[in-house]
Amino acid sequence: MSGESFLFTVFALLTCLGAVAVVLSQTVVRMAFWLVISLGSTAALFFLANADFVGAAQLLIYVGGTLVLLVFGVMLTASGPYMKIATSTGETVLAGLLGLLFLFVVFASLSGVKWRAPVAISADNVSTGAVGNTLRPLGLSFLGARPDMDLAGGGKVSSPGYLLPFEIVSIHLLVVLIGASYLARAKRRADRSS
Amino acid sequence: MAADLTSYLLVGAVLFVCGVICMATKRNGIGVLMGVELVLNGANVNFVAFSRFTDLGIDGQVFSLFVIVLAAAEAAVALAIVLNFYNNHLTVDVDRANKLKG
Repeated sequence: MSGESFLFTVFALLTCLGAVAVVLSQTVVRMAFWLVISLGSTAALFFLANADFVGAAQLLIYVGGTLVLLVFGVMLTASGPYMKIATSTGETVLAGLLGLLFLFVVFASLSGVKWRAPVAISADNVSTGAVGNTLRPLGLSFLGARPDMDLAGGGKVSSPGYLLPFEIVSIHLLVVLIGASYLARAKRRADRSS
Repeated sequence: MAADLTSYLLVGAVLFVCGVICMATKRNGIGVLMGVELVLNGANVNFVAFSRFTDLGIDGQVFSLFVIVLAAAEAAVALAIVLNFYNNHLTVDVDRANKLKG
């Protein structure tokens, strides 16, 4: 067993077990902990797939940002130290059975597909996503330039980049920040007598 | 387990299914949010795997970056909604959100 497949097995098992533990645990704080395990192992899987920038962004934004936000939400809404809102056993069993069935369907369908031949990593295709060092192609594609596609076409084609979606996402983040702070602003607490 | 495309897709499928079960069964509003995060991560694993093992190039990684950013935005707005709901109902039980029931 090579080193890559050993590391892949370890992190894939950590990812899947963390996800299952998120489903099975009852306390929200434990769910957040298992989510940290699962998302961090997913970042390790990204590094193994030579997507170094995406893995770093996953660690920074998801594990460092979104999960801290979720834990703050848990702290702001918890009415007790170990608040649990239990699901009934019948619902859990039914959802588990349906989930297993769904997983079986997905896996049966994707294992029957003949995928295209994998890209061989060589010195010729250093600009594709199959090899690491993706920072420069990613940044250029966000600026609207695609030298990896253009050079492959002999300099005749001009491939569109991702400048417009990048700008749209920037405006979207600004709107989301304003909207979230508007929604979550401090208001009077509802202590009506009803 | 060899690190090939099918193994990555299997990991993505497991993440997706766990997220769907989490969204369907959790009664805590923040638990539902965590299920959404798991689903988006399953999609990200698929994008990165296709970017690595096919001739897709870096497009898959660009899309997974967009998914990460939009998931952060979605988590911020949804948490604001959950906080608002808690301020009004003093609970985060989504079964109590039945004001609009006909």
